[in-house]
Amino acid sequence: MGWRGFLLLAGLIFAPALPAGADAFVPPDARAETFGDADRGAGFWTQCKGCHEIGAGARIRIGPPLSGLFGRRAGAVAGFAYSKSMARMGADGLTWNWGTLDAYVENPKALVSGTRMAYRGLKDPQDRADLIAFLRSHSDRPQDIPEAAPTARRLELDLPADLLALQGDPAWGEYLAAECQTCHRRDGSDQGIPSITQWPVEDFVIAMHAYKRKLRPHPVMQMMAGRLSDEEIAALAAYFATSGE
Amino acid sequence: MQMKRRDFLGSAAAGTVILAAPMVRAQGKPRVVVIGGGAGGATCARYLAKDSQGALDVVLIEPAEVYHTCFFSNLYLGGFRDFDSLAHRYDRLAADYGITLVRDRAVAVDRAARQVTTAGGETLAYDRLVIAPGIDFKEGALPGWTLADAEVMPHAYKGGAQVQLLRAQIEAMPEGGTFAMIAPPNPYRCPPGPYERISMVAHLLTQVNPTAKILVFDPKENFSKQGLFEEGWETHYPGMITRIGPDMGGTALEVRPATMEVVADGVVEKVDVCNVIPPQMAGAIAQIAGVTEGDWAPVHPADMRARLDEAVFVLGDASAQGDMPKSAFSANSQAKVAAMVIRAELTGSRAFPAKYSNTCWSLIAPEDGVKVGASYEPTAEKIASVESFISQTGEDAALRRTTYEESLGWYAGITADIFG
Repeated sequence: MGWRGFLLLAGLIFAPALPAGADAFVPPDARAETFGDADRGAGFWTQCKGCHEIGAGARIRIGPPLSGLFGRRAGAVAGFAYSKSMARMGADGLTWNWGTLDAYVENPKALVSGTRMAYRGLKDPQDRADLIAFLRSHSDRPQDIPEAAPTARRLELDLPADLLALQGDPAWGEYLAAECQTCHRRDGSDQGIPSITQWPVEDFVIAMHAYKRKLRPHPVMQMMAGRLSDEEIAALAAYFATSGE
Repeated sequence: MQMKRRDFLGSAAAGTVILAAPMVRAQGKPRVVVIGGGAGGATCARYLAKDSQGALDVVLIEPAEVYHTCFFSNLYLGGFRDFDSLAHRYDRLAADYGITLVRDRAVAVDRAARQVTTAGGETLAYDRLVIAPGIDFKEGALPGWTLADAEVMPHAYKGGAQVQLLRAQIEAMPEGGTFAMIAPPNPYRCPPGPYERISMVAHLLTQVNPTAKILVFDPKENFSKQGLFEEGWETHYPGMITRIGPDMGGTALEVRPATMEVVADGVVEKVDVCNVIPPQMAGAIAQIAGVTEGDWAPVHPADMRARLDEAVFVLGDASAQGDMPKSAFSANSQAKVAAMVIRAELTGSRAFPAKYSNTCWSLIAPEDGVKVGASYEPTAEKIASVESFISQTGEDAALRRTTYEESLGWYAGITADIFG
């Protein structure tokens, strides 16, 4: 565990730096236009266009077309073979809006663990805002997009700075893990329910906090993670990092 | 698989000598006896043995060689699973975890002497006793029906051969015939179970006997996931299912197995199949052990310990604990808490605060799955619900399909968690 992970999480949870005096409750989709520069974002598109097409007539290539992305359910392009993880997230209700795209572009696997998108992520918040503004300019009818999707991030969180530096207690984690293992297989099989064995500690902690804050959509996981303390999440992460029979 | 061993007798005899100091029995290991090899008992035995790594002598008393889960038996009725997929053996609990299997029925518990007697006459001393017998049916609670009538009007509510009988009866119904269910009053095992069953029977009939009718006689005003089921029945099986609630005679019921009749509020209905899910109570051994009050065994919310005996724990359906539904998921969740507490008491291992949870998936039609769940925490008086969720009406097909696939994953997960 360490600070790199913490910054990752901070980026996932906190909004990018706002201009001084900005209203904390700007609807998440509006933020793409308010704070992002689509022209500058077009420059970042070069990192995407090897796999994705955008604009009129965009087709499936290595990745799905990104026209009309805003407001679209994750995993929803017909004919594209999504990862199991992405398909599940879409079925659970993950919808692309400013907040979810920001988290995904920053660190794809933090939001969708098993995504096939081999993209290292865009770490700078302003860069992401610009790229997302560019993506939004290619949504077909942005005026119809609901402004506050259910998965929108919360903007006011008071996270202790040492969240990811917490040293988990694996013995406590083993007890707590018994609850997870009612559904998640100990042997790592993933039919119907994802595998969680041998997850890197940081990924685990980030995923749990994303459920706890209802950024990830699955209701069972929101409930399970919702009542876990930071220490319990750390304990589970410590256990699952090495578990797997 | 040899389950009865001579050394039981030896250790039991030793146990009676040193009752005053059970922690130092002859073989040097405290013993936990678990009665019942279902979701509660087998889970508890497995966690006790797994986590104590040989420090506890764990004995599981279960008469069946093969356990057929009651959960998911509705999917067999609907044609979504074969019967063998519901079967689980206890071999791994013995081979991989060192649990001693006693293939017999517990018939007596002497709590003063801390010993259990089996039908075969064996006596097993214990330091802690776990009672997890599931449900039994209350004789005489439904006028006209006794357990002996289950061959004519099956309950099919404990898994196994009864479920096969019910399916055979449904398949043999005359064209356009009537399937009736007598739904149970609260509290009962698996709250959405009867209504998932109605869905699965409707699906089967749609395939093999599409003009057949289904009548549900129900003494309850409301039932679990009602909005979801009713929406699904309207969508998938329009006109096939009629529910007769308490306002229409669902509480004044009588059945006549000899003539295959159901009498509701004085009105006689001739039916072709009648699935009687009777009023329920804790499995007999909980009553025999004297840890029940009324129909169920009250337990302490923090650890599932019987309120009437500190050395006894009661898990799952048989317990009265508060807000958790009677389900395999609940029993499995409670078993892990009890195992953790028992192990701490007997071996000095660490104890942690209890965590309880439950989720119930139900299938309404092919790939149309729904779920309901909650997390729980112990309070002074009961296990109390903290947070809950439920599938919503009007969900799209992709979410319902994912929910169904998730339920298949859950079945694989929990059966591995129970049986190793």
